[in-house]
Amino acid sequence: MNGIDLNIGFMALVDSAPVIVAQELGFAKQEGLNLTLEKAPSWSTLRDMLALGRIEAAHMLAPVPIATSMGLSSGIKFDALSVLSVNGTVIGVSTDLAQRMRDSGYTFDFTDAENAGRALIAAATGKLRLGVPFPFSMHAELLYYWLNALGLPAPQSVEIHTVPPALMAEAIANGDIDAFCVGEPWGSIAVNNGVGELLIPGAAIWGFAPEKVLAARHDWVESEPELSKRLIRAVWRAGRWLDQPENHMTASEILARPQYVNVPAEVIDRALSGQIVINGRGEERHRDDFVVFHRGAAGFPWASQSAWIASQLASRLGLDRKTVGSSTRMIFRSDLYRAALAGLAADLPSASSKVEGLLDSRTPVSSESGKLYLEPGAFFDRRFFDPETVD
Amino acid sequence: MTDRLSIVVVEPDRDRAELIAASLDHAGDYNIHIVAESSRVARTIAEYNPDVVLIDVASPSRDALEELALASGPMDRPVAMFVDQSDDGLTKAAIEAGLSAYVVNGLRADRLKPVLDAAITRFHMFQSMRKELEATKKALEERKLIDRAKGILMKARGLDEDAAYALLRKTAMDQGRKVVDVAQALVTTAGLLS
Repeated sequence: MNGIDLNIGFMALVDSAPVIVAQELGFAKQEGLNLTLEKAPSWSTLRDMLALGRIEAAHMLAPVPIATSMGLSSGIKFDALSVLSVNGTVIGVSTDLAQRMRDSGYTFDFTDAENAGRALIAAATGKLRLGVPFPFSMHAELLYYWLNALGLPAPQSVEIHTVPPALMAEAIANGDIDAFCVGEPWGSIAVNNGVGELLIPGAAIWGFAPEKVLAARHDWVESEPELSKRLIRAVWRAGRWLDQPENHMTASEILARPQYVNVPAEVIDRALSGQIVINGRGEERHRDDFVVFHRGAAGFPWASQSAWIASQLASRLGLDRKTVGSSTRMIFRSDLYRAALAGLAADLPSASSKVEGLLDSRTPVSSESGKLYLEPGAFFDRRFFDPETVD
Repeated sequence: MTDRLSIVVVEPDRDRAELIAASLDHAGDYNIHIVAESSRVARTIAEYNPDVVLIDVASPSRDALEELALASGPMDRPVAMFVDQSDDGLTKAAIEAGLSAYVVNGLRADRLKPVLDAAITRFHMFQSMRKELEATKKALEERKLIDRAKGILMKARGLDEDAAYALLRKTAMDQGRKVVDVAQALVTTAGLLS
């Protein structure tokens, strides 16, 4: 008995790991599920596969379910059942631009987003051309937030190019873009190919940014609440396994397979271990929270994360932030997530919404067992986002 | 003149692009532009200001088209994703054929249908050709792998070709695996030991 078959779509990225590991290590089987994993060639195709019911759930960019519910991207209603991964992206620049930044004294510390941003803006010779994988992505949101905070109005004052993750290295090699924000391993591939250098991790802009979610059609979730919960649990266990450092090597080997990410395991391990090679000379930088799958309630779909994304999209498109905020409130399904994990050893926060960007160190919060610590998650410019005060 | 639909076909393969264009020409009087894939694809398309954009579902450049939705102001001039069209059957048929279409100017469904019908037929042909090619490639690769495994066995065990194949087949049957999987394991192991 192999269990109930579910088709799950993903893009070839390190942060697709939870759905792949859920199947490969038997966490799905434990829930009576058999996952057929389908690799998608692009985010739009993945979204369409989900919308048309060819797959039941997908590894999806966190802003996509919010954008679709706003009628941007597609009219289909998706729910985010859980957050699959936090952080995991990098910002990189062409080797030419990196050289100019170095010439003017920038040291590539891979930590300080403010210095990095000022150096980047100063070294640009014209309008900066930035590559992002999808218009509705945390990559785009983080870049805009960062540049705007540093006084460069984005996207208005930059040129944004949509480039699929696997083609980012090629786009920078061809000189089509000057810089990019992309999910691993594709930034490291640009470094390996000698065409780019890495500036900062996305985590340097926002320390605890929801990156990918487990998305499903809203009507499917409504008609299959039990299957949805089983899937949430399988993926939650996979995330817990992935956050253990001793499993990183195994995880890298699995993800490296041709049917998954299809790049050498060593390159995948960089993101999982947080040991990032930033340039062709092999210089390394370490970042503990480079990508997070479990600790600090990483999988919890906070209403405030969804509100931040909705608020950013709304203000950019000139929509009323309050209206958008209330129409998108139920997309991140913290209710279902709680119901799914009740009875497991999962320690969940008592609240479903928080002030985003508030914590700059590990902080204990009220939870069921009272032992839950949230990870630091500040914005680089020290601003907060309180969903209660959106006007 | 202004009534002629303007269609952009995004397709890197020149021959294939011309076949699609020919099918569309046959279906009606259209203004057809062919655009190759590149990281500038969205800008190139915007310059043509088309009514419809046709692109292979498997093309990674599809994501670049999402930019069009934003560039033109999503609220006042919708770039409807084909998947949003009310005709679900047609949408499914297209996606299954490996085709995605973007309707740029809020085109009426009855004007879109002949375009899509023609494109879908053509894409179906491509897809079956692609499947055949993949199957042939796979068969060839399996053949090569089995030949190498046979060679290893012939050398290591002093068997002739038939006996080597018989041994592979028997091992596969005993273990409930495919011959090609046993061959793969043998070739990998031999590679490690040599």
